[in-house]
Amino acid sequence: MDATTNCVLPRYRVVRDEAACTGCAQCVRSCANGVHRLRKDPDRIVINSRACVNCQRCVVFCPELALTIRPWPQVGTGSSTWTAEAMADIAKQAQTGAVLLSSMGTPAPYPIYWDHLLLNASQVTNPSIDPLREPMETRVFLGSRPEILKINERERRVVEPLPPQLKLDVPIMFSAMSFGSISLNAQKALALAATELGTFFNVGEGGMHCDLEPFADHAFAQVASGRFGVDAHYLNTAAAIEIKIGQGAKPGIGGHLPGEKINSEVSRTRMIPEGSDAISPAPHHDIYSIEDLRQLIFSIKEATGYRKPVAVKIAAVHNAAAIASGMARTGADIIVVDGFRGGTGAAPKRIRDAVGIPVELALAAIDQRLRDEGIRSMVSLVASGSIRNSADVVRAIALGADACSIGSAALIAMGCHQCRDCSSGRCNWGIATQRAALTARLRPEEAAERVVNLVRAWTAEIQEMMGGMGINAVDSLRGNRLMLRGVGLNEKELDILGVKYAGE
Amino acid sequence: MTDATHTLDAGKAEAAAGTAALTGGTATGEVTLGLAHFKEANEQVRKALASADAVVVRDANAQRYLGCALPAGKSLDILGTPGNDLGCYLDGGAIVVHGNGQDQVGNTMNDGAIVVHGRIGDAAGYAMRGGTILVRGDCGWRAGIHMKEYAGKRPAIVIGGDAGAFLGEYMAGGVIVVGGTPGDYVGTGMHGGVIYLRHPLSAESIMDGLIQELVGDEDIPQLAALLAAYDEAFASEGPPLGGDPGSWYCLRAASARPYGGLYAH
Ligand code: SF4
Ligand code: SF4
Repeated sequence: MDATTNCVLPRYRVVRDEAACTGCAQCVRSCANGVHRLRKDPDRIVINSRACVNCQRCVVFCPELALTIRPWPQVGTGSSTWTAEAMADIAKQAQTGAVLLSSMGTPAPYPIYWDHLLLNASQVTNPSIDPLREPMETRVFLGSRPEILKINERERRVVEPLPPQLKLDVPIMFSAMSFGSISLNAQKALALAATELGTFFNVGEGGMHCDLEPFADHAFAQVASGRFGVDAHYLNTAAAIEIKIGQGAKPGIGGHLPGEKINSEVSRTRMIPEGSDAISPAPHHDIYSIEDLRQLIFSIKEATGYRKPVAVKIAAVHNAAAIASGMARTGADIIVVDGFRGGTGAAPKRIRDAVGIPVELALAAIDQRLRDEGIRSMVSLVASGSIRNSADVVRAIALGADACSIGSAALIAMGCHQCRDCSSGRCNWGIATQRAALTARLRPEEAAERVVNLVRAWTAEIQEMMGGMGINAVDSLRGNRLMLRGVGLNEKELDILGVKYAGE
Repeated sequence: MTDATHTLDAGKAEAAAGTAALTGGTATGEVTLGLAHFKEANEQVRKALASADAVVVRDANAQRYLGCALPAGKSLDILGTPGNDLGCYLDGGAIVVHGNGQDQVGNTMNDGAIVVHGRIGDAAGYAMRGGTILVRGDCGWRAGIHMKEYAGKRPAIVIGGDAGAFLGEYMAGGVIVVGGTPGDYVGTGMHGGVIYLRHPLSAESIMDGLIQELVGDEDIPQLAALLAAYDEAFASEGPPLGGDPGSWYCLRAASARPYGGLYAH
């Protein structure tokens, strides 16, 4: 056995029900990983299970339902320390000497605090509200609120101009996903959906492709450490600007979009040469302190005439509350906190799985800290990173968020099956890829319709849950932790979350 | 590296020095900043620029963001000391500083020219993708960090004096010229562009993945153009940088994919 001998066993076994299979070869066309191959003479389809990443494209599209993906059946060692995965990781590194790269949110079984928070409902003492009959406000505004609102009552107008505000018809936005990490078709789907829903998508750190400019009124433009595609036009085209300090899936590190993903379109949008690595440094090299963050926020405000809200996104980390307090004082209009289960197109596996904290705890701590300091209304707070359904949105708002952003959930609506192989660039669902044959599989209008359906369904559920609590506006739910009770949590956790135990 | 699609912006820098208001523009505005807050100061400058293409800014006292996103056809002549982020997102305009600059001169600039008749602070030209920065004297740390070039744009920074550490870190394109001595860690993570040095680095201070050699024939036109731009801008203020460009050294990345082998899936 030499250094390159591959000791890593396959992860999946692709099983074909020969009785059901008609040999139509749809699976061969489905799989960009070359798992299914057509052999002539005799005609048969052979399977290379080793190449399967469990994206389930072939399973969904097999007209005979003849395919199943199973875990590789090899029995483990019986050790819960040296699991098959732990040993496979070591083998890969022994063979390559390389940093392990992975994608999407961590699959590791950390506690999911959403599942320990139960919602309240009205019984007897105050009536619940039926959202089908009564108005139920889901609109929220994001931006800094002035300390005092001066109103000329006779003329019915605000005396001093308000800081810029974003109007969201639903308290759900789409997280930053760059062109390069996802396909332009996937971005277009999010742009169409955001426009239709009256909310916002985020072009991520890769610049704004000209095809997205018609949707710019519903776009956040992101400014990250690589400053890809950032110029005065970019900043002024978008509805709002987000400075990306960190991302939940990979706090504290930058990013490398590998050269093979920098095709001519990506190059044009990022304004960098084709084929060279796009490197985002770990820090912004003009931000080494909170004062420097203020400097960047105001350079963006100067460049946009103080007409656009500036958001700052951080990964949920140990001192998130103190950091957020500093951010609120630097002039940020919106704070985005992204939890460690958030997705990514590519992140070192160890960082994805070991760095950062759950967004539930970070969000609660930030909201509390800002309230304690009397500066909560200076900023809006957006939570992201593992929002899975409408109940998570309600929980997040009750913990203090003004709105949530969804990334993985929106991609799943478009077809993503969470195979976590995005970094290979061979996404069979046409999402995390730049290959023309694969991106053509995702038609923006159809994908947008699925995303719109998802958010509409969640909104209806949010209205029902709020109605059940006797609350008729998202604004009245925000930070209303009395609507939450904990189960299966210790005192420290309840304390940080600021909720009582169920039964209290 | 001097392929025809890239036009070096040395000419623009000369033009900037030439057309700026102090040296005789046509419609010239004027503002005096004194101790005005940056917001007010920039408001005044923008107002003056609305009615004049060239504006003289007097008595600048560290006000930030002067010339932010200044478009082509507009110019500022600044007397005093402009603050951080001078000419951030510069979009084709021209800025001349008759004095020293502070940190992040030309941050994320897209096009245009900045000429500083003095020295500047840290992180000049961070992520710039076009235009030219000429500095008569020294610069602080991290000049030209993450500079990039793209399509017809090739940004350039010329530092007449010494440069601080981390010059051209992560550099992805463009040109940096240093007449004096650069600090440590020149070009760490560099994966594109070129750094021209009058004084070569010692062998042990050349970072991994970089190659230093005497400039080649293909380098000489762009280096000579930048040296000439510098000499013209600062003609009356000290010894010229120019001379024999053939005696300069260049520093380049061995690969445009420095991290190609870093990861395994
Ligand atoms: S990679 Fe996807 S399409 Fe290919 S065999 Fe596996 S599940 Fe099917
Ligand atoms: S986006 Fe594509 S590659 Fe990434 S997890 Fe989803 S299906 Fe897999």
